[in-house]
Amino acid sequence: MLGFILSRVLQAIPVLLVVGLLSFVLFAYIGDPVSIMLGQDHTEAQRLALVAELGLDQPFLIRFGRFLMATVQGDFGISYRLAKPVGPLLASRLPATLELAVTATVLAFAAGVPMGVYTGIRANGLVARLVMIVSLIGVSLPTFLMGILLILVFAVGLGWLPSFGRGPVSAIGGWWTTGFSSWAGVRALILPAVTLGLFQMTMIMRLVRSEMLEVLRSDYVRFARARGLTDSAINFGHALKNTLVPVITIVGLQFGGIVAFSLVTETVFQWPGMGLLLVQSVASADIPVISAYLPLIALLFVTINLVVDLLYYAVDPRLRFSA
Amino acid sequence: MTPLLEVTDLTVEFPTRRGTLRALDQVSFSIGAGEVLGVVGESGAGKSLTGAAIIGLLQPPGRIAGGTIRLEGERIDTLPPDRLRRIRGRRIGTIFQDPLTTLNPLYTIGRQLTETMRTHLPISESEARDRAIGWLDQVGIPAAAHRIDAYPHEFSGGMRQRVVIALALCAEPRLVVADEPTTALDVSVQAQIITLLKRLTRDHGTAVMLITHDMGVIAETADRVAVMYAGRIAEIGPVSDVIRNPAHPYSRGLMDSIPSMAHRAERLRQIDGAMPRLNAIPAGCAFNPRCPSVFDRCRSDRPVLLPAGNGQAACWLHG
Repeated sequence: MLGFILSRVLQAIPVLLVVGLLSFVLFAYIGDPVSIMLGQDHTEAQRLALVAELGLDQPFLIRFGRFLMATVQGDFGISYRLAKPVGPLLASRLPATLELAVTATVLAFAAGVPMGVYTGIRANGLVARLVMIVSLIGVSLPTFLMGILLILVFAVGLGWLPSFGRGPVSAIGGWWTTGFSSWAGVRALILPAVTLGLFQMTMIMRLVRSEMLEVLRSDYVRFARARGLTDSAINFGHALKNTLVPVITIVGLQFGGIVAFSLVTETVFQWPGMGLLLVQSVASADIPVISAYLPLIALLFVTINLVVDLLYYAVDPRLRFSA
Repeated sequence: MTPLLEVTDLTVEFPTRRGTLRALDQVSFSIGAGEVLGVVGESGAGKSLTGAAIIGLLQPPGRIAGGTIRLEGERIDTLPPDRLRRIRGRRIGTIFQDPLTTLNPLYTIGRQLTETMRTHLPISESEARDRAIGWLDQVGIPAAAHRIDAYPHEFSGGMRQRVVIALALCAEPRLVVADEPTTALDVSVQAQIITLLKRLTRDHGTAVMLITHDMGVIAETADRVAVMYAGRIAEIGPVSDVIRNPAHPYSRGLMDSIPSMAHRAERLRQIDGAMPRLNAIPAGCAFNPRCPSVFDRCRSDRPVLLPAGNGQAACWLHG
């Protein structure tokens, strides 16, 4: 078990190194920090002095090494746009994005799995067919359109929920902020979370459904029926558990995607998370923020993959012995 | 005395776009308490379908279109699904062909055993576990108390089929439908499994409907045998009579095609032709185009089961 985790962590290192290289190339070769920092009026001597001070005259490998050391220590440089250290800046945006992503994923999972099981069991029922047709909309409507439609109906039309922002937040432990502390904060979370989770939900539902249809035809389900087990024991105990391995994979990867690419939803709802920060940074060519975002997301994906592997391990005993 | 299982005129149909296919046509037989009835026939003759109909697990769109199934005198083919579910496992156990796929890979065999017992019997978890160890012991799993927490993939095919047998018998049913229980196994393991099944069902007084196409297994195990052809029973009778002195020309062809160690033949004997498809069953006797003793009446009138020797045969030769 420990060896398994260790080998996965070791495998992650080259991935992170490659991403770090990309991020470094982005950081070092796009734009010219020296001319940005000096402005237009400067002498050649001033320029060379700054180049030496920043270490830009050093060989590539040494600069890359320094970059890696700094990155590992959480030093991502200074944002051009906001003139603040990038590390704390990203950290201050992280809670908003994670809270949104986790809420969206929990919603998607909590609604998607039961609906998938239902449409799998009653594959030919009227309700199941209707749900499948409606779910096509969830899969095919782009997120920004869905967000705007939801704002139109629930914020503008009915006036039930706020259309933008995170509402009041309270700090926990110095660095985390949460919107769950007040009803207004929760209300502000609903529309963005539904927007972000809808696509995941329909995908989980369709995946669970097709897996259920497959598993319900299997010999062991037939044998479970022949043993006289109850329908609920068969559907939720024997069949559902066997559908979980692919579902866990997809939910895990989707969660990474939700965090990394929540920028659309965050832009639509002006949600003060990392996605919105990224969009604003791209707009103003704030390279340090962009190049710090890259290794951060890579780290997130690597972590999620490890968690997914460990979940497989928990669900499927066959993997425990071959691993 | 009422037989344990009595099947009368059982007809199973599959509605299709091009009309209704009749896969079982007025099948009648009975099984007494503790008796082993062998059911033989070639692929597609309706052996497995008969078993599936009895336990109420026909694959849709297949449905029972006629006839009755009685278990200990009680009609079970018309029971609502939940009542029928309570019979499965509790009063009729089932063994399937491929032990590699019939066990749920994600649960320990102990959990699958206790789950089955606790569904049907009013016993506690710990008692179910004790009994599960007892059953594993009875089916010949070594170190049962230790192996109970193992997963199916940790067992070989033969060992898994032993677990399947334990699962079929653990709620102590009066009847076991064994659908090709040895077909997927190594030849060397087949005999062990059959011996085990025979011993356990004899010890517990369980009747067996043994579906197979292996005449050797039937000869060794069954009390009576039913020969099926094209969804009908061609012949049914005591196993020694059907093997030594078959009354139906099809059974005779079947017995003649078994290779013998005593007579070295150049070629194996075979029955010319093939079993008709369900949508092209000829009028009269389904076997008439292949029958060496065919005469006029066979082509027009459908034979019913007629007394022949110690058994019955659906053949006009006995009319």
